[in-house]
Amino acid sequence: MRAFVTVIGGDKVGIIYGVTSVFKETNVNVLDMNQTIMGGVFTMMVLVDLEKMNTDFQGLKSRLEEAGKQLAVSIRIQREDIFNSMHQI
Amino acid sequence: MINLQNIMETINMIEKEKLDIRTITMGISLLDCCDSDGAAARRKIYDKITQRAEKLVKVGQDIETEFGIPIINKRVSVTPIAMVAQACSEQSYMAFAETLDKAADTVGINFIGGFSALVQKGCTKGDRILLDSIPEALAATKNVCASVNVACTKSGINMDAVRHMGEIIKKTAWLTREKESIGCAKLVVFANAVEDNPFMAGAFHGAGEAECVINVGVSGPGVVKAALESLKGESFDVVAETIKRTAFKITRVGQLIAHEASARLGVPFGIVDLSLAPTPAVGDSVARILEEMGLEVCGCHGTTAALALLNDAVKKGGVMASCHVGGLSGAFIPVSEDEGMIEAVGCGALSLDKLEAMTCVCSVGLDMVAVPGDTSSATLSAIIADEAAIGVINNKTTGVRIIPVYGKTVGQQAEFGGLLGRAPIMPVNRYSSEAFINRGGRIPAPIHSFKN
Repeated sequence: MRAFVTVIGGDKVGIIYGVTSVFKETNVNVLDMNQTIMGGVFTMMVLVDLEKMNTDFQGLKSRLEEAGKQLAVSIRIQREDIFNSMHQI
Repeated sequence: MINLQNIMETINMIEKEKLDIRTITMGISLLDCCDSDGAAARRKIYDKITQRAEKLVKVGQDIETEFGIPIINKRVSVTPIAMVAQACSEQSYMAFAETLDKAADTVGINFIGGFSALVQKGCTKGDRILLDSIPEALAATKNVCASVNVACTKSGINMDAVRHMGEIIKKTAWLTREKESIGCAKLVVFANAVEDNPFMAGAFHGAGEAECVINVGVSGPGVVKAALESLKGESFDVVAETIKRTAFKITRVGQLIAHEASARLGVPFGIVDLSLAPTPAVGDSVARILEEMGLEVCGCHGTTAALALLNDAVKKGGVMASCHVGGLSGAFIPVSEDEGMIEAVGCGALSLDKLEAMTCVCSVGLDMVAVPGDTSSATLSAIIADEAAIGVINNKTTGVRIIPVYGKTVGQQAEFGGLLGRAPIMPVNRYSSEAFINRGGRIPAPIHSFKN
C-alpha cells in the first residue's frame, strides 16, 4: 500500500527531519518527495510505501499527527488511490 | 504522476469545500425472513441485519482514516416491510418497526430505511396494515424511515393511496407534536421510486435487488460552488463544462470508496448515487451554487433554468466516473437541510410554487418543506398528487417529504436539529382541494407518444 503524506505550515528548521524520523521509526520507505514554499507556506508531499511498516495505518497516522503538533504544522496521510482516482482517468 | 497541485486540490475540496461521502448504505434483502409467525419473522430480520451489517460502521471508519475523507453516514436499507410482514396474520406492523430500530442501534447506524410499501396500482392486505402502522411506528422509533410509492409512469397515480398519505402525514405530525412533528421528516411519498437509493428517508432495498449490496451516495455542493466562483461573467457553456468536470472528480472518489467498502465487507458493489446533497452547514448548499450562476437569491426567476443546467451537468460528469450509477442522482433541494434555501424562504424569494417548478428538473421533489400545522390532510394529499403528476408525466422520480408542524404557522420556524436542519414555515394555498381528493380511484397512466 502506498500513501501520500502532506505537510503544510509555517517554515522553520527541522520539519523534514521531524517527519522523516517518524518514517524511520515505523519502517516506512520514502519513494518520492517534493517540497516548496507556496505563498509563504511550507508545503511538502511525500510518497511512501507502507508494505513493511511496523505499525498499522492508524498508528502511523497518530505518530505523524503528534509530530505535526510538535512542529506546529499540519500533517495528513491519505492512501494514494484517492488522488489517482480523482486526477487520472 | 500526481503533482503537488492535484494533491492540494483534493485536500482543499475535503477541508475547505466540505467534500464528503454522504453515505455508505448497505441494502439487505429480507425476502427470506417471511414467516407466518410474526415473532419468528422479526427474529430472522434482526439476526440477518445485525449479521450482515455487523462490520459496516467499523469498515466505514477505517476507510475514512486511510483515505482522509469523511464518511458522514453509514446506513442500512431493507426490503419493503409490507412485502415481508404480510406473511403473518398480525394487524399492526409496529413490532416490525421496533425490530428494525433495535437492529439499527445494535449495528450503530442512525437510520434504517425500508418501512415501506409499493402501492402505485393498489394495496394488498399487508400494504394497508403497513400504511396504518406508519404514524405510530415513526413516533415510537428513532432510526426507522418510511416510504410509500403511490404512483408510477407505467401505472398512473393511486389516488386512494394519495388521500390516505395526507391523513397519515397529519397523524404522524400530531403524534410527534412535542418534537416539531419530526416524524414526518422520516416519511417520503414517492412517484417512480427507485430500488437502489442510498439516501434517507426514502431508501429501501427493492425486490429486484441482490441479496446484499453496497450503495454509496456522494456529496459536494461546496466544491461545485467553489469551482464556479472563478467563472464570474463566463457563458453557460463554460459553467456547464466546469460543473461536469467537478462532478466527475467528486464521483470518482465515491466510486473508489464504494469499491473499497464492497471488498472489505465482502458484499457486491451496487451503485454510486451522484447526488449533490446539501447540509445546513455554511458552504454546503445547492442554493448557493444557483446564486453563484448569477441569481440574486435562489427562487427568483431563472432558478428553474439554473437548476436544470446544474442537475444535467452533474449527471453527465458523474456518469463517466462510475461503472454503475443509480439511486436518485442529481441535485437535491431539501429546504431545511440547505442553508441557502432556508435564507431564500426566510426573505420571501422562494415559495412553495417555485419549489414545485424546480422539482420538474431536479432529482427528487418537495423535500423537507415545513407548512402550517393546520394544513388539512386534503391539501397535503393534493400537494402529493401534484408532485406525483410531475413525476409520472415526465418519467422521473419525485417525492414529497412535507412536515405540517403542529402548533406552528407562517412566520415561525421549525428546528429539527442535526442534518435535518431548520425550516421556516411556508404558506400553502388557502383554497380547498377536498372534493378533488375525496374522489379516490386512480389517475390512469399517461400516453407516451404525442409529447408536447
